[in-house]
Amino acid sequence: MTRVQAPRQSGTVAGWRGRSAALLAGLTLGGLALAGVTPTGSVPDGTAAADSAASVPGPEASTSPGPFPSTYRVPATPPLLIRGGTVLTGTGERLDDADVLIVEGRVRAVGTHLAAPPEARVVDAHGRWVTPGIIDIHSHLGVYASPATRGTDDGNEATSPVTANVWAEHSVWPQDPGFETALEGGVTTLQILPGSANLIGGRSVVLKNVASTTVQGMKFPDAPYGLKMACGENPKRVYGSRHQAPSTRMGDVAGYRQAFADAQDYQRQWDKYRREFAEYQAKLARRAHGGSGAHAGTAARAGEDKPLTPPTPPKRDLKLETLAEVLAGQIRVQMHCYRADEMAIMLDVADEFGFKIAAFHHAVEAYKIADRLAERGVCAAMWADWWGFKMEAFDGIQENLPMVDRPANGCAIVHSDSEDGIQRLNQEAAKAIAHGERAGLSVPPERAIRWLTLNPAKALGLEDRVGSLEPGKGGDVVVWSANPFSVYALADQVYIDGALRFDRAHPAARPRSDFLLGQPGTQSAPDSEKAP
Amino acid sequence: MTRPFTWCVLAAALWVAAGARAEDVLIRGATVYTESRQGTLGHGDVLLHDGSVAAIGVALAAPAGTTVIEAHGRPLTPGLFGGMSGVGLEDVAAEPQANDTTLDAQSPAWNEQWRPELDITLAYNPRSDFVPITRLEGVTWTMLAPGVGDTIVGGQGAAVSLDGRFDAVLPDSHFLLLDMGGDGARRAGGTRAAEFMLLDQAIAEAHGVAAGAGALLHPAGRDVLARYLKGGHVVFRVQRAADILAVLSFARRNGMNPVIWGGAEAWVVGRELAQAHVPVVLNPLEDLPKSFDRLGATLDNAARLARSGVLIAFSSDNTEFARTARQLAGNAVAHGLPWEAALAALTANPADVFGVGATRGRIEIGRRADLVLWSGDPLELASLPDRVWANGRDVPLRSRQTELRDRYLKRLAAGEAR
Repeated sequence: MTRVQAPRQSGTVAGWRGRSAALLAGLTLGGLALAGVTPTGSVPDGTAAADSAASVPGPEASTSPGPFPSTYRVPATPPLLIRGGTVLTGTGERLDDADVLIVEGRVRAVGTHLAAPPEARVVDAHGRWVTPGIIDIHSHLGVYASPATRGTDDGNEATSPVTANVWAEHSVWPQDPGFETALEGGVTTLQILPGSANLIGGRSVVLKNVASTTVQGMKFPDAPYGLKMACGENPKRVYGSRHQAPSTRMGDVAGYRQAFADAQDYQRQWDKYRREFAEYQAKLARRAHGGSGAHAGTAARAGEDKPLTPPTPPKRDLKLETLAEVLAGQIRVQMHCYRADEMAIMLDVADEFGFKIAAFHHAVEAYKIADRLAERGVCAAMWADWWGFKMEAFDGIQENLPMVDRPANGCAIVHSDSEDGIQRLNQEAAKAIAHGERAGLSVPPERAIRWLTLNPAKALGLEDRVGSLEPGKGGDVVVWSANPFSVYALADQVYIDGALRFDRAHPAARPRSDFLLGQPGTQSAPDSEKAP
Repeated sequence: MTRPFTWCVLAAALWVAAGARAEDVLIRGATVYTESRQGTLGHGDVLLHDGSVAAIGVALAAPAGTTVIEAHGRPLTPGLFGGMSGVGLEDVAAEPQANDTTLDAQSPAWNEQWRPELDITLAYNPRSDFVPITRLEGVTWTMLAPGVGDTIVGGQGAAVSLDGRFDAVLPDSHFLLLDMGGDGARRAGGTRAAEFMLLDQAIAEAHGVAAGAGALLHPAGRDVLARYLKGGHVVFRVQRAADILAVLSFARRNGMNPVIWGGAEAWVVGRELAQAHVPVVLNPLEDLPKSFDRLGATLDNAARLARSGVLIAFSSDNTEFARTARQLAGNAVAHGLPWEAALAALTANPADVFGVGATRGRIEIGRRADLVLWSGDPLELASLPDRVWANGRDVPLRSRQTELRDRYLKRLAAGEAR
């Protein structure tokens, strides 16, 4: 029941499955994912999607928002005024004794002595801290759900090294109880990625952490998709153990390159089709024009009586379609890569094919190339202190986050890859802050909060919509009982688009997965349920 | 003539590993959490002489030649417990050559493959990177736990001091590990009921009942199991409330001294555990129903068990995370456990659970110095150890990781981290 084929089932202490959260996730299937954008690309004859990506192949019949569209709607809520808290805006500012006003689901204002609109709900945050909602750029909730059973083991389509055709959203089980525990940790937006067994694992999906019966009800409307890719040990171990490519790191790289070379060829087929289709349309137009115009006689040349045949579109290939959208810049590459030297190779692969890597995930050695990453505008998503469970994690250090944060334009992200870690991303950041401080890299709370808010929003292409408390952005807010970088701090209230989704003071109203409903002895069951 | 020579070399090596004799130190003006009958001293002094605690009190005089450390109120605690881990047993979990945690017998569970005689401490390597890396976070000792291989019997583990010495295993701290419940079931033929069936058979063999061709144990295993029927600790890895009660009943019937490890649903049977004086080693962060054995997992587990009067200790159950012990305790406090009880779950409690309370988990006169001076609240994430003494040694706060950090900090400062 391990998630991946680890060389030894028992990493450290045991073959205990309980351990899989930490070890196996990184080790085996764990964290990779991609984020993506427009699902099926564009229509060849000119919708908005096609405009932005003329070279993107796509089926004629595809619709503009793509299949599986989000059904999430911002609930109607009265205005919300969170008054008097210590506000970390997510933009690097700290405002003491400040107010946050949310109207119609969006941040209206952040400042002092804001007036409460009529009928506003007013929350007293004196003595408490207020931050943007937390964003986890690397989660497998729903695809590796709790309980971890064979029946819910849906995170890795480990049947081929390149499965760009699969979409994480088709594996997400919305009843995973991990969503609600993540919410209690302040997580409002999360990217669900396929695992890392494959070189190219498939599309990610970005979700709002709202309870829903369907994944469509959780999908972040119009969020770009990501593509999960994986460096290093996991793909070569999974396929090498089957005596199949890749079994080495050079095999890994050959695999990425061939996949994108195939995607280029696919793009050319669609480009050719689009040209032919345009010609066909032009001919149609000419004929229609000629038929009714003054020069109809001269236009009636031989052969033009025949009906025009439209060109036949190439067959859609779901795998290459996704990769072509990456080449067109519509889908963002989210790349699992531990080692610095491998990240440098992948930056060159990206240059060769003309795509951009949004973020390296599990970037345990990002500190070694922090300047290069900053120059390239590539984010590094990191754990605070995971290390050592496999060779590519051997050089992990606890100052990774503050070191990546240091150069101008550095983009450090704290991520979880874990149903446990996602509940405490603020604490993961806190550990990194402490070690940075000791190493002379002081990171104040107002700067560190960006690691789990604005920076992941940037890497997801959502920085204009979430990640900071700025007017016009979505009203995703966490009210903390104390400085969120204290181990004792708890998220008291969590708002998504201005709607209260979790309130610690009202446990009965918190989301509860269908799976846990009515189970004996579920979480926080009252003492009266104790055995007699 | 080779043998005496070998012993000389070995003795020299041990001496070198132990390092120079610790200097005498007076830690002045600390908040001293003794975890002993002395309680907490608000502005206390601790004198270390020859690597041992020579005096604890207020306004102690510094004997000549003593280095004085002004604590300015900083907390001083016993060295922390690193939980059940493989520190010094594995350097890279995913690399078989660097992982000695688990015996894989590769045979059917009922074919003489139970090996309770395995003693995993024989694989302990005090020179592993994990030792200083873990110690940097104030963890000075851990229970070395064998992994669980093909059978429900993991073998024996014991407490080790993370002081870097070769002879790090603490005396009289061995335990036998049995993996029960749903995890053990697949190692016992597919049902957890068979765990008890097979254990009953093994116990009969240990009592000398001839088992014939279907014997589970070798002679050495029979001896070891027989010993645990008379004393020592048997650690049962078990999560589900019903399974915990089954284990209590089984242990009582067979004269075993059980420790519950895991105990995700232990809070459900807190009263029974308290009445039986059976301790629980738990990870207080486990709050998800990760398996059907853990549907009742909750962040309140530690607080509820403590309220029921159960002796609790904390464990991340993970070698890499042995160093995060404090975070476990801090979160338990956030979810209702009194702060003092949380610190005890990393100090005196685990020491008592595993029978090393006379040397670990408390600050008392006459003990080897096993102490941490913290920059602030030891359970708070912003705090770090300023000084660590492990088993009498004033250990440097350096590791391979700090070396890597310093190398690349220089490059970063020069804009050359590329």
